[in-house]
Amino acid sequence: MTALLSLQQLSKRFRGLVAVDGVSFEVQQGEIFAVIGANGAGKTTLFNMIAGALKPDHGSIVFDGKPIQDLSPDVVCRRGIARTFQLVRPFPALSVEDNVVVGALLHRHGVGEARARAQALLRRFDLFDRRHHPASALTLPDRKRLEVVRALATEPKLLLLDEVVAGLRPTEVDRLVAVLRELNRDSGLTILMIEHVMRAVMALAGRVLVLDHGVAIAAGTPDQVVRDPAVVQSYLGAEAV
Amino acid sequence: MSAAWLPRLNGGASRRIFVLLALLLAVLLAAPWIVNDYLLTVLIVILYSAFTGQAWNIMMGFAGQLSLGHALYAGLGAYMAAVLFVDFGIGPWIGFLAAVPVAAACGAVIGFLAFRFGVAGVYFAILTIAFAEFVRIGFDHIAAVNASAGLFLPVRQVAHNDVWHLRGDPAMFYYVILAATVVAFILCRLLLESRLGYFWRAIREDEEAARAAGVPTFRCKMYAVMISAALTSFAGVFYAFFYNNLFPEQVFNIGRSIEMILGPVIGGTGTLFGPILGAFVLTGLAETLNSIMGAFGLGMPGATQVFYGVCLLVVIVVLPEGVWPPLARRLGLTKEWP
Repeated sequence: MTALLSLQQLSKRFRGLVAVDGVSFEVQQGEIFAVIGANGAGKTTLFNMIAGALKPDHGSIVFDGKPIQDLSPDVVCRRGIARTFQLVRPFPALSVEDNVVVGALLHRHGVGEARARAQALLRRFDLFDRRHHPASALTLPDRKRLEVVRALATEPKLLLLDEVVAGLRPTEVDRLVAVLRELNRDSGLTILMIEHVMRAVMALAGRVLVLDHGVAIAAGTPDQVVRDPAVVQSYLGAEAV
Repeated sequence: MSAAWLPRLNGGASRRIFVLLALLLAVLLAAPWIVNDYLLTVLIVILYSAFTGQAWNIMMGFAGQLSLGHALYAGLGAYMAAVLFVDFGIGPWIGFLAAVPVAAACGAVIGFLAFRFGVAGVYFAILTIAFAEFVRIGFDHIAAVNASAGLFLPVRQVAHNDVWHLRGDPAMFYYVILAATVVAFILCRLLLESRLGYFWRAIREDEEAARAAGVPTFRCKMYAVMISAALTSFAGVFYAFFYNNLFPEQVFNIGRSIEMILGPVIGGTGTLFGPILGAFVLTGLAETLNSIMGAFGLGMPGATQVFYGVCLLVVIVVLPEGVWPPLARRLGLTKEWP
């Protein structure tokens, strides 16, 4: 097994607040890896550093054998890391289809070709019927799926999902989880997810890292970490187990 | 090659659009035989406004970068062509070819400073005003272009129209600006449906999300400024040869910049028909108002500007998207919202 993504002693400080403090972990090719932790634990900061939106103060991020911590977000995406945003950010006035076309154009030069690719993806994620709607007219679950589709259209090696099932109803969570697992199984897509919804974490993740106040306090399989006393104490709460 | 861009030009557009365009073009082509000289001049002003609006729209409507200093690029084009003509006898078309790199380079400098150092939104708009003002004040002191005394192009009587030197009657100028407007329309359509056009719209909608989706935002925004500036410079060349006099105080005036954006804002930013429709509505109504007031002996300076303000206010309140998008939906010209 080779590590697709490797973080070494990654730190980020905002004025006095240490958001991420010396976090190291590796994501293996083809696995689904989850980062969990309470609000303010530093999960999104960690994500933003991997995606190039924030520069780390210390440490290195190696993706596919090359350091990426100094690259800008568009270059990181070109290298093969696509992300979704915690608060969804589709292009509101563009049609659902055009949103995905933008992503598909990253590695394609023909708009027609990109459109064909976009339509295939929209079919897979049940958004094909709504492809001519402006993205702003979609419901929240649909917009969340659209973000995933747009990210996938860039043909990433690693997909970063930032609380992609938060705010969805349990049946919608299960549907999205099913599609993501299918993608991981069929195309070997590596997924790194931040998640609050333990239902999705337990169903998807092979390994989990727990962050607490910017520090990695536990790592292992979902079953292991939910029984870890430190995790129960800091995050899940005693009554959760 | 030709096969590749052709579908981009007509793909996805409904038959009604083509009928509408053909009708509009036919009427515009026939206009010089129908209307009198006064109305022809009004039409020239309308098409000039449609052309500059189209050029400005590339930056704001497509890529979401608000420029309030587009008079700069028109002014540079005007002075470039005029100086080459007056001092060296070089014709306006060669002058235009010389003006394009100058305007594009000037746009590139502004774009680089802004985009490299994160000057965005209203601050970017202020930067564009600042540059236009620098250049206006600068030209006021450049002796080689006669400074604030103004540059005058020699007017000579020609027996017949000379398109190569842009000397002739209003009908010739009319056809030149009509052709330019058609070319700008086609160019904008091709750009909008290109890869770059999709990237621009993504940036306009949400720049951070666009970057996350791999859009090279810096480069795309630079292209937008440079293409928009280059296109606008042609309007300046036309202006110089149509009016035959240039004063920095006039051509680089912020009022010119504002006039350029009114058409597309009222017609609908980001649309291809908006700048054209806006130009017709705005200039058409303003001229009508002027004639009526003139007929009643009520003509007063500044009435047009007040009228523009009222138009802008009404459109912003009643039709925030501009006039064209709701009209297009009414006419069944868009495929969205099934």
